Amino acid sequence: MSDILLEVSDIRASAGDKEILKGVSLIIKKGEVHVLMGPNGAGKSTFANVIMAHPGYTVTKGSIFFEGADISRESADQRARRGIFMSFQQAVEIPGITLENFIRSSKAAVTGQNQPILKFRKQLYSYMDALDMKRAYAGRYLNVGFSGGEKKKSEILQMSALEPKLAILDETDSGLDVDAVKIVSEGVKRLLDGERSVLIITHHQRILQALAPDFVHVLVGGRILMDSGASLVEKIASEGYKWLSEEALV
Amino acid sequence: MAERKTQIADIDRSIYDVKNAPDAAFQTLGLNGDIIREISKEKNEPEWMLEFRLKSLDVYNQLDLPPWGPDISEVNLDNIVSYIKPKAGLSSSWEEVPEDIKNTFDRLGIPEAEKQSLAGVGAQYDSEVVYHSIQAELEKQGVVYITMEQAVRDYPELVKAHFMKCVTPREHKFAALHGAIWSGGSFVHVPEGVEVAMPLQSYFRLNAPGAGQFEHTLIILEKGSKLHFIEGCSAPKYSVINLHAGCVELFVGDGASLRYSTIENWSKNMYNLNTKKSIIGKGSKMEWVSGSFGSKVSMLYPQTVLQGDNSTMEFTGVTFAAAGQCLDTGAKAVHVGKNTSSTINTKSVSKSGGAAVFRSAVRIGEKADNSKSTVSCESLMLDNISRSDTIPAIDVHNSLVDLGHEAKIGRISEDAIFYLMSRGIKETDAKAMIVRGFAEPVAKELPLEYAVEMNNLINLEFEGAIG
Repeated sequence: MSDILLEVSDIRASAGDKEILKGVSLIIKKGEVHVLMGPNGAGKSTFANVIMAHPGYTVTKGSIFFEGADISRESADQRARRGIFMSFQQAVEIPGITLENFIRSSKAAVTGQNQPILKFRKQLYSYMDALDMKRAYAGRYLNVGFSGGEKKKSEILQMSALEPKLAILDETDSGLDVDAVKIVSEGVKRLLDGERSVLIITHHQRILQALAPDFVHVLVGGRILMDSGASLVEKIASEGYKWLSEEALV
Repeated sequence: MAERKTQIADIDRSIYDVKNAPDAAFQTLGLNGDIIREISKEKNEPEWMLEFRLKSLDVYNQLDLPPWGPDISEVNLDNIVSYIKPKAGLSSSWEEVPEDIKNTFDRLGIPEAEKQSLAGVGAQYDSEVVYHSIQAELEKQGVVYITMEQAVRDYPELVKAHFMKCVTPREHKFAALHGAIWSGGSFVHVPEGVEVAMPLQSYFRLNAPGAGQFEHTLIILEKGSKLHFIEGCSAPKYSVINLHAGCVELFVGDGASLRYSTIENWSKNMYNLNTKKSIIGKGSKMEWVSGSFGSKVSMLYPQTVLQGDNSTMEFTGVTFAAAGQCLDTGAKAVHVGKNTSSTINTKSVSKSGGAAVFRSAVRIGEKADNSKSTVSCESLMLDNISRSDTIPAIDVHNSLVDLGHEAKIGRISEDAIFYLMSRGIKETDAKAMIVRGFAEPVAKELPLEYAVEMNNLINLEFEGAIG
């Protein structure tokens, strides 16, 4: 069996009348850590949302395969049940549902198995402890009144509990202090077992230093302009993206 | 992949659609003095109650339908079987209840509910109470919990002093109708200083095509007493128009505390024109918890007269209007005494073309110095074809008041649905989850089995829904 987890081929996608992704291809194999960088407005978040089947984007061309199956027409929940996870830049607040009940429902949906309350809680608490997240948050309404940092941790907590095959982290490290970035990257590390893969969308080097990516992709103007090894990260850190755009224009 | 993935108990729609063959011992069509006399005779009522009924009939004939609110012109009393008495007489134990009636109740879990935590059950089947029990310890405390009919016979002085003195037949046309043909219901009397530890429950159910239900609930709390009364309604579906014009009268004495909880799930062809009103004394506390799910049209605005100084009222309600439903609900507070306080907090959901109207009325009387009132309503529309209206009225006759009103109307957030779906939860489950969360402030006020029922009713609305 192939070790290809995700295969995105020549995806074009638009929001309303505006085309944002202009033919993006990407292959992620099992166990790999990929990084997607690029200037603001390049389409990074769109790319993540298109993989997760956000209904706000229309895919006009191209295909997405996951573990050899064409998932191009599948809805977000179907893709999630296959093992794709996306951490949100802006986690949604949903009153009336506790974080614990929500994750338990999700876990049951993703695994197809009921989650016994006490057993699940024990596991959830262990993940929370590892993320240095107060256990009391389990009983609070989903993301309601959480600070920016707490919301990010809530996302990583969900990822830890759901154990996806592919985790897409959309700027999960943004707005976090050094310690929090460390805790988050530790959480991601724990997920990586040689089989599971991660796609990290970020502006910052810090999380990449901790996670040692295998590949770096740079998205500019709806196209991937460069695929490279980890060394690219440093060049972007010192010189920004401008040189890439110029190169692309030539 | 299995169909149900979220951790929500499986729903058996048939629970709510149980239908037994109508087998009535007594039926009347239309309405006139002769029918009233027949009803009264059938019940072996004293003369004074018959007179009251006939007077109410006169008032009914004088009054017009309310000029406001949803369209209720379809209600034609001449076509409604106004009074149906099941073959069963009053039973004091579950074993004596006839089999088909028992089946209906069994499917609604009544005996189980009683076994668990309920102090007494007065379940109404059609118009006559067929099952009624009260635990011995309640009797020891001197608490009376009997059918309304029995109260008329056994406690005539208490009934005469209170019956339709809170909601008078002149209140509106359907109150007058109720006074004329009321049948069934509960009577509760809690003596001074007695705290009823467990909630009392009554379960109403309507089970005959075209049958109206006109049950009367009269609760009297003496000074310093305490009670939680739960009224649950669930009715099977029928093709003929049904009318519910019940009446709830609550007298809360000085320093007493009453919580009145209701879940209404009438069949989707029911006209629910129910009147509920409470008069509360000095330093007393009245709490309403109300969930309205069923019926074709509802007009329901529980009213509280804050008569005594320092009395407080809290109303918490949720209304869910789906296809073909117009649920016009809300609450009314009349501040008479000084330092009185009312809080009205509601949530409404409309979906698939349903219309949810929130209507509140707060009156601050001349003498109600330093009164406080807060009204807040939040509406959630699940699609573009549904409707939500907010009609608050405030009538202030005193300058020393503190008033607040807040209204929020919104649509279900696409981002929220996507967020839940991205965690593997199906679209319909995601929507149900969001709505359950929205209704949570009410659910948490309900006893567990009612909260579960409310959640099931919400889930039912999303079962098989497309998009």
